[in-house]
Amino acid sequence: MSDAAVHHDHHDAHHPSGIMRWLTTTNHKDIGTMYLVFSLMMFFVGGAMAMVIRLELFQPGLQWVDPQFFNSMTTMHALVMIFGAVMPAWTGFANWMIPMMIGAPDMALPRLNNWSFWILPFAFTLLLTTLFLPGGAPAGGWTMYPPLVLQTGAAFPFLIFAVHFMGASSVAGAINIIATVFNLRAPGMTLMKLPLFVWTWIITAFLLIASIPVLAGAVTMLLTDKFFGTAFFSAAGGGDPVMFQHIFWFFGHPEVYILILPAFGIVSAIIPTFARKPLFGYSSMVYASASIAFLSFIVWAHHMFTVGMPLAGELFFMYATILIAVPTGVKVFNWVATMWQSSMTFETPMLFAISFVVLFTIGGFSGLMLGITPVDFQYHDTYFVVAHFHYVLVTGAVFALMAGTYFWLPKWTGHMYDETLGKLHFWLSTISVNVLFFPQHFLGLAGMPRRIPDYAVQFADWNMVSSIGGFVFGLSQLLFLAVIVKCARGGAKASDTVWEGARGLEWTLPSPPPYHSFSTPPAPASIDGGYR
Amino acid sequence: MANAQAAHHHYFVPEASKWPIIATISIFTMFVGGALTLNNSGIGPEVLGAGFILFVYMLFGWFGDVIRESEKGIYGQWEDTSFRMGMMWFIFSEVMFFAAFFGALFYARVLSVPWLSGAGSEATTHAVLWPEFLADWPLLKLPSDYGFSEAKDVIGAWGVPALNTAILLASGGTVTWAHWGLQKNNRSQLVIGLALTVALGALFVFMQAEEYSHAYNHLGLTLNTGIYGATFFLLTGFHGFHVTMGTIMLAVILARSIRGHFKPEHHFAFEAVAWYWHFVDVVWIGLFIFVYWI
Repeated sequence: MSDAAVHHDHHDAHHPSGIMRWLTTTNHKDIGTMYLVFSLMMFFVGGAMAMVIRLELFQPGLQWVDPQFFNSMTTMHALVMIFGAVMPAWTGFANWMIPMMIGAPDMALPRLNNWSFWILPFAFTLLLTTLFLPGGAPAGGWTMYPPLVLQTGAAFPFLIFAVHFMGASSVAGAINIIATVFNLRAPGMTLMKLPLFVWTWIITAFLLIASIPVLAGAVTMLLTDKFFGTAFFSAAGGGDPVMFQHIFWFFGHPEVYILILPAFGIVSAIIPTFARKPLFGYSSMVYASASIAFLSFIVWAHHMFTVGMPLAGELFFMYATILIAVPTGVKVFNWVATMWQSSMTFETPMLFAISFVVLFTIGGFSGLMLGITPVDFQYHDTYFVVAHFHYVLVTGAVFALMAGTYFWLPKWTGHMYDETLGKLHFWLSTISVNVLFFPQHFLGLAGMPRRIPDYAVQFADWNMVSSIGGFVFGLSQLLFLAVIVKCARGGAKASDTVWEGARGLEWTLPSPPPYHSFSTPPAPASIDGGYR
Repeated sequence: MANAQAAHHHYFVPEASKWPIIATISIFTMFVGGALTLNNSGIGPEVLGAGFILFVYMLFGWFGDVIRESEKGIYGQWEDTSFRMGMMWFIFSEVMFFAAFFGALFYARVLSVPWLSGAGSEATTHAVLWPEFLADWPLLKLPSDYGFSEAKDVIGAWGVPALNTAILLASGGTVTWAHWGLQKNNRSQLVIGLALTVALGALFVFMQAEEYSHAYNHLGLTLNTGIYGATFFLLTGFHGFHVTMGTIMLAVILARSIRGHFKPEHHFAFEAVAWYWHFVDVVWIGLFIFVYWI
């Protein structure tokens, strides 16, 4: 840095070209793009595994794959979708949007940011390589319960190290987001003026930092139990396999809010924009998100009601779980109240956002049912659970990701996407996803267990319906890919604001925005307390 | 920096850097090598070693860049705050990592071991599984020795562990004394304080290694001796690893101090390492109380 002028003008700073640009970049938009592209790739890898699952379950009997491979598919589908598709997608959105939303020049720790991303392709190389190892990929479920998971073959240490590696990426990303939001806000951008996406992401970041290291500890104990003779999860040595479940779910429950809280933030940005009306109950949204985050740490054992716990434990975890309905209800109420008596239009992002509100609420209700201990004894480990968490994760998290993609794609690329194809993608997805997952409620209530490649003939009809929905949903996502590729390659020029009702600092920048967002902070007057 | 004003008004965004990708590749190589080693594949240790060498190279390169930038005065108050937040939350994540192992310790002591001898509503478990088993802590007599060995005794609190407590607490004092020296620009106090801290850290690690050797060779207390050995070695082992890392970090700070780095008003790296050291200290207090003492 001998020449101060170079430092002064980052816009013209040299950066390497070709592959080296992407390998070494410290720019939040480059890194955000890489996160989003990686996430999309993993979405299709995980989706292909889901197709194998639905293909095998199309009819009773063993049709296509052997049971071990089927179990590998359910395990890997979950790991890929959670750690490879949804979490990186949120970090990608955060990278792209948070500096622009808060008037910052970039992320607070740009080299760490590069590291957080580049860990992911390598971590998933470790994980996906296991498909080709002796003994096959992990097949004991993504929850990795011992003693079953300890029977994994050569894949076992690769699984553990992949989890460690992804965890390091998540924690580093979370630290970066916290430092960015608390240190790099433009003057005048007070905490209670932050867009809700930023708020929900800070809360998510705290959840990540507090929960991911616990997962790292849990899988480390698995590793030493398998290779170094420790007795953490062996009753013969005084340990307890159930202890793993407690430690795992202490991570696992905050994890589900890690997957959904940024979705709440995105939907809270989209609905006011297309309703042309400020978000109803901004501060209650902030407090509700924080309450959900707090509660997420004291409800973990509702994942293990049937495993055996003192009665007081069953009751405590039931009541704490049901309490989550209160702040979640506040959110749903606020979204609906925002739309009430507004002048709405229904562009693709809004369609996905409304679909999110309705379908996520269905997933929330089935969650309430599962949270009630005595009835959970009936539902536990059935397809009802599968239906529940796919409603909150697919029509919840993934729909919000799609909504957010359509919402900001014109800002990112500078082009409008194809609205007709977008709407087609929406309707195909929304209809097929319900055909896919709604019947799974019936299957579960009738007693069909999860994670089996074959089933009693009484479950045949709804499984076939579900599989048809699954294939249509899977193929529909190729449309999503087509819309994105088409938009990136060209299209009608997008304006700075893009949407008539859009409010917030990111819309004051050109579309696409300059390489460095706000080299000098925006004027405080441009920070309005409006549609957030 | 010719234009100090520019540094003041613009947040420092570093140019493209090759170090993060090298860090990733080195850790990836170590993971592959580690996994191959655990799977008894021939080339595992070599791959692991290659990854480690690359990792060390990366540490020199990445931290070298940061130190050079710092010494050029590129980092102002604004950047400093980001580093502080980063370090603080990194340490918090480490706290949560240890929490998992403390959680396992408490779960075993308070719940699973008593349950195995019939506590609570687990009378049937006890009768059916291992009716001879009696809950005890430290747990020497295991429910079943199938796959496990039994220790003769455990490490008492008031020998080496108490001495190690004194060593670590003293090192917390010396690092603070060094910090005072830095703040009043008394360089010899800074260097002597840091040197003492590094020496105390190294002494701690040495004593811990002696203790492990005693446990393995004389007490039969190993990783394989049931839940006590598991929690004992994982907790003290990860702590010892952190002390080792902290000592290396302190040694780097010492070397930089000898070279004249750091100013009374600008020495975040020193503080970050001091925070880390105090964190390691606090974890040890928890270990001393819950693992060795009560």
